Amino acid sequence: MAKEIKELRVEHITKRFPGVLASDNISLSVGEHEILALVGENGAGKTTLMNMIMGLYQPDEGSIFINGEEVKFKDPNDAFSAGIGMVHQRYMLVPNMTVLENVALGLKESWKTVVDLKMVRDRVKEVSEHYGLAVDPDAYIWQLSVGEQQRVELVKTLCQGAKFLILDEPTSALTPQETDDLIKLLKRMSNELSIIFISHKLNEVKALSDKVCILRHGKVVFEGNTSDYTPKQIAAMMTGHEVETTENKNAPVEGEPVLNIKDLCVKSDRDFYALDHFNLDVRAGEIVGLAGVSGNGQKELAEVINGLRKVESGTIEFMGKQIQNMTPAQVIKRGMGYIPEERNIEGIVPSMSIKENIILKDSESSRFSKQHILNNKVIEDYANKLRDEFDIRSPHIHVPAGSLSGGNIQKVILAREIDRNPKFLVCVYPIRGLDMGAAEFIHKQLLALRERGVGILLISEELEEIMNLSDRIAVIFKGKNQKVLMKGEATTSRLGELMAGVGD
Amino acid sequence: MGAILVNTLTFTVRFSVALLIASMGEMFNQKAGIFNLGCEGIMSMGAFLGMLIPFSVGGAGAVPGYVNILGLVVGALCGALMGLLFGLVVVTFRAPQGIAGIGMQMFGVGLAGTFFRSFIGGQQSITGIESVAIPGLSKIPVLGDILFSHNPVVYFAYLLVPLAWFVIYKTPWGMKVRAVGTFPLAADSLGIKVNRIRYQSLAVGGAMAGFAGAFLTLCQAKQFSAGIINGRGFIAVALVYFGQWHPVKILMGAILFTFAESLQRQVQMFGQAFPYEFLAMLPYILVIVVLAFNRKSNKFGPAALGKPFNREMRV
Repeated sequence: MAKEIKELRVEHITKRFPGVLASDNISLSVGEHEILALVGENGAGKTTLMNMIMGLYQPDEGSIFINGEEVKFKDPNDAFSAGIGMVHQRYMLVPNMTVLENVALGLKESWKTVVDLKMVRDRVKEVSEHYGLAVDPDAYIWQLSVGEQQRVELVKTLCQGAKFLILDEPTSALTPQETDDLIKLLKRMSNELSIIFISHKLNEVKALSDKVCILRHGKVVFEGNTSDYTPKQIAAMMTGHEVETTENKNAPVEGEPVLNIKDLCVKSDRDFYALDHFNLDVRAGEIVGLAGVSGNGQKELAEVINGLRKVESGTIEFMGKQIQNMTPAQVIKRGMGYIPEERNIEGIVPSMSIKENIILKDSESSRFSKQHILNNKVIEDYANKLRDEFDIRSPHIHVPAGSLSGGNIQKVILAREIDRNPKFLVCVYPIRGLDMGAAEFIHKQLLALRERGVGILLISEELEEIMNLSDRIAVIFKGKNQKVLMKGEATTSRLGELMAGVGD
Repeated sequence: MGAILVNTLTFTVRFSVALLIASMGEMFNQKAGIFNLGCEGIMSMGAFLGMLIPFSVGGAGAVPGYVNILGLVVGALCGALMGLLFGLVVVTFRAPQGIAGIGMQMFGVGLAGTFFRSFIGGQQSITGIESVAIPGLSKIPVLGDILFSHNPVVYFAYLLVPLAWFVIYKTPWGMKVRAVGTFPLAADSLGIKVNRIRYQSLAVGGAMAGFAGAFLTLCQAKQFSAGIINGRGFIAVALVYFGQWHPVKILMGAILFTFAESLQRQVQMFGQAFPYEFLAMLPYILVIVVLAFNRKSNKFGPAALGKPFNREMRV
């Protein structure tokens, strides 16, 4: 077992990657039983800094001290034996192994001739009872929800004897309910542990942390007690300018629906009905938010509208014509735009350049090609224009789209979809994992699109996003539309109840 | 008819061995996330060394048992070294595995053929390891012939199946192999040396391929020729997919394939009025058909198969 950690301090840490200064002379410290929130936009260098504390990267300059003594971590094993553990943003769990095996992977004491799963089981039981973290030790990871996987990650880290936890954006994939539970849990755990908590959701930072440290472009720009500052002040320091929430303050939209879904039944990949007699309509120039815990049919709905999934029964009427079971190309041709959930897989071709991704849907149009040969000059001018308009931050338009940050990838997709002048836009978790600056930009674009008379279906788990942007809000639960509320009628608690399947 | 069946089954047990050992080895490679199409080349070198050692001691005549065993061991050692060489190319230098594998195959087959011409010269045979009828058991009617009248190495090969299962699913090393082949970033975050584990499993897989090649010359053909492996290395790779990375299912695949092959030989020998070309195709068609219907295995397969590990690549 590792010694108590009274203080973890990093001093003058600098780390360079080719062409980037990821950490620029960073110093910070965390005391015993303290919770430090590390905030900053994407690419500010938070994760890099934490990876150095974990021994995954080596700092070029500077040192790390525990209880005043300098330590050098060659690899994560050194950090574990010093009592530091990290829960990465992307869960580091092997999906085709059980919970016990995943814990055993990090628990050297269990590595006898045969893996001592009994010992691991005892340890898991002890830790989960002590901290109130319920996990099923024999479940395979792929069977678990995101929230359950996170508990497994916490149990795994605590089983290694961690006294100091680093949590990299722990709430980014959780539902509002799970987020509340996690915050309560971490508060309780801080009686025994010290925690560094990376986030850019400032209400969570306020609710949880004692101290806050803001990184921008690899530098510490601010450090102080959380209670002395409002979320607005922290946001301004984080982005370097005042942040205002983007809100849809327009009057309700009248008129005929542009998209009308009736009695739609659709099967999921696992062959059950993901959409079960689902009904919804969206008018031109209206944003309809679809709230719901992910996995209740949202993915299937987005796919079926865009021709990516088969309709079993029911109709989808788009601008007066039925489009169910058309091919994606036919749906696109009729003016459908799509911002998919998996931006790295469905939204772009990562190995292709920004330029190529931008014309992906129109490469055959006479605008960009003649006799099936691409007109490079026109394409480059167009891509450069969009790069400026949508503030896509990249050295040039020839870099592979997959090398961009999440926010910039989303801007590439948005640029392509919006500039094609769609009649309708299906938008799935558009700001998931993005920082405030990028999120604000994307929300402004959506509202501008609404002004131009485009109907938008906004699928999201973030209630704040839905309530700020939508004209009307529908709630999906187990493939059914629970209820449609007008903007004024919706409150977080009411939506939360509907999302949990509680009817009126 | 009965004789055909008994013969077919007896040959199935014996001829499945080279495939079985090679595909068990390939399973270790793939479990760790690397597919080694060079299996054929490694088997060729193993086969050559399995011939060379007893031949240089005693020519075509009988040699002491330990010399034959030495042939198997040296074949396996050479295979392990070739596995490590493959590791250098695909793990350290991150070369595309498919292309590197084809290179390894040509390298091994070519080198074995060249060495054969310069060290042995022409068609020669060896006594090799003889079959042993197990006293008592081999007298059981039908089953005695099919199961208990084989070469000792045959039984050893079949023991490898539960052994491989045990290593993969019960030992810490096997657990690390599975983790590294499915989600190397996770293994890395726990301080497991991803590339080291991959090298180790390439050495194990290579040793088994080399051993399988030596088995072919020492126990089955009793001679070497440049084409002796005859595609078995590629079939071994296919069998791993066929068996969905599980030792027992791979065993079943190896038996099924060899059964089809033995059956067609027997049918040919008994002179049925049926174009033999179609019979000869049978085992291969079987593999293609089964693989084509065998795609729903992503959840349990090594998801990182074929992808070099790079800590800084997030997507």
